[in-house]
Amino acid sequence: MVKLAIAVSDLSKKYDSGFAVSQANFQVPVGTICGFVGPNGAGKTTTIRMLLGLISPTGGSGEILGQSIDDPEKYLPLVGAMIEGPAFYPALSGSENLKVLASLGGFPMERVDQLLEQVGLADRGKSKYKTYSLGMKQRLGIAAALLPNPKLLILDEPTNGLDPEGIQEIRQLLRGLAENGTTVFVSSHLLSELELISEYLVMLRKGEVVFAGAIQDLFDKQQPFMLVNTLNENDLERIIKIAEAAGHEAHIRDGVAHIKGPAEWAGTLNKLAFESGIVLTQLSPQLPNLEETFFEMTGEQK
Amino acid sequence: MIISIARIFAAEWRKLRRPTLLLGTLGAVAFFSVLVSSLLFLMIDSPNGNGDRGIRITREMLSLPSGATQSFSSIGNLLGIIALCVFAAQTAQEYSLGTLRNLLVREPGRVRFLVGKLASMKVFAIIMTLVSAVISIGVSYALAGGKNVSTDLWFNGDGRLEIGKTLLNVFISILGFGIIGMVLGILLRSPISSISLGVLWLLIVENIVGAVKASTLQWLPGNQLGTIATGGSDTISYTHALSLSGVYVGAALIIATVLFTKRDVAD
Repeated sequence: MVKLAIAVSDLSKKYDSGFAVSQANFQVPVGTICGFVGPNGAGKTTTIRMLLGLISPTGGSGEILGQSIDDPEKYLPLVGAMIEGPAFYPALSGSENLKVLASLGGFPMERVDQLLEQVGLADRGKSKYKTYSLGMKQRLGIAAALLPNPKLLILDEPTNGLDPEGIQEIRQLLRGLAENGTTVFVSSHLLSELELISEYLVMLRKGEVVFAGAIQDLFDKQQPFMLVNTLNENDLERIIKIAEAAGHEAHIRDGVAHIKGPAEWAGTLNKLAFESGIVLTQLSPQLPNLEETFFEMTGEQK
Repeated sequence: MIISIARIFAAEWRKLRRPTLLLGTLGAVAFFSVLVSSLLFLMIDSPNGNGDRGIRITREMLSLPSGATQSFSSIGNLLGIIALCVFAAQTAQEYSLGTLRNLLVREPGRVRFLVGKLASMKVFAIIMTLVSAVISIGVSYALAGGKNVSTDLWFNGDGRLEIGKTLLNVFISILGFGIIGMVLGILLRSPISSISLGVLWLLIVENIVGAVKASTLQWLPGNQLGTIATGGSDTISYTHALSLSGVYVGAALIIATVLFTKRDVAD
């Protein structure tokens, strides 16, 4: 039986304005990296806050590392988290900010210097937090989340504000943690980044889980598609009609036609376009990717 | 339980001890202590009085065992307002900076968290009290000779007892003001709003209400806390001020604790 780091069942949070999260069900196995995606306002942060005991669910149940979310004191010492970006005291240094949290959690102070080194802030640890760039603040937030040497790491948009090099470093850091048995539950808008590191995925839309499981299972369910562009912009609509007439789902996004169908059908489409007097400037068969699947499943526009 | 509270205390103290806050606050405490003590002695012969609201504090009164702490006890209100600002800002900033979510992930016991935070701020209040006592008694002693005020009784047995009593009373008063600040911080979740409302109430509303109807002064919370610092007044007894303040502060603490423990930590 697979050991679970997170398991929620019918987890819900209702406000006066409606459900922020409605009967969410998902499981995250121990030692995996699980992406947590959804459009803005889908309920990601509310879910994370419920998992961390910051807000009370109005329905359902959940377990973190085998302990009920009704009793966060039992599991939070083993959980590291960065929620809705880094939040620290501007007048304290990065090092002092971490020491506040280390004191609170009863963690050894030597860990602060180690973590500053690990996230690349060793030379700025004594500088005041208010002087940090967005990327440095983000790194400090990640260091704070790593303070307890967590078995479960929950990160909300950890790569915000980081440059490509920083993003790569975080990717390597998360992979290293997962290899050592830490479960990483990470939300991000950088879907291509999540695709690179995640084995599992939980996708939310309007407070409801639309997919939860292995990322490969998600791709297996998706059809390949092709990206098509035409010399004459007005011909895009005609291409869509040709594809639909041939029984393929198609739509235009970002000025490019997205047509579902196997790569082998590309030749037929090219022939049909030529016969209709349409000049194609792009015809690229694509395998399903997370970004495409996300927009498909959430109905979001880029 | 005790270990957790000790950790919360240590974490909170790291924030309170930062030089800008600690030295800035103690600077303000020192300024008011020097100001009030100096005015008390330098204006001793002024026909307009040398005490609060034009009251005359004579050489004879200042020569009593309570003379050393006369100025210190009358600073109580000002120290209280400083404590209210510090406690309110330290509490409300956790909401406005968003740091409360980090803190509660590391210490999910919310009642313990409040107890540890309050304990740390109590130590801050003790330091404020001691600094103010040393400065105001020191300034009083330095100026007494030049104004022909006898200090013979200030440090004898009765004098030391008076100093101890006044230290305790001023500390209780400062703590009461501070707790009100903390409660406002939890209720309003904004440093500016909680400080503004607290200071507005204590400095303006209570004074206006008291001036319009003097009998209300017996019931106004800020006036009760100020009366504790002076050890009672002609119109309000020490016991009345202490018990009524206890009721006000206790009720405010209960409301704030219930809110703090039950309220979601959202945005």
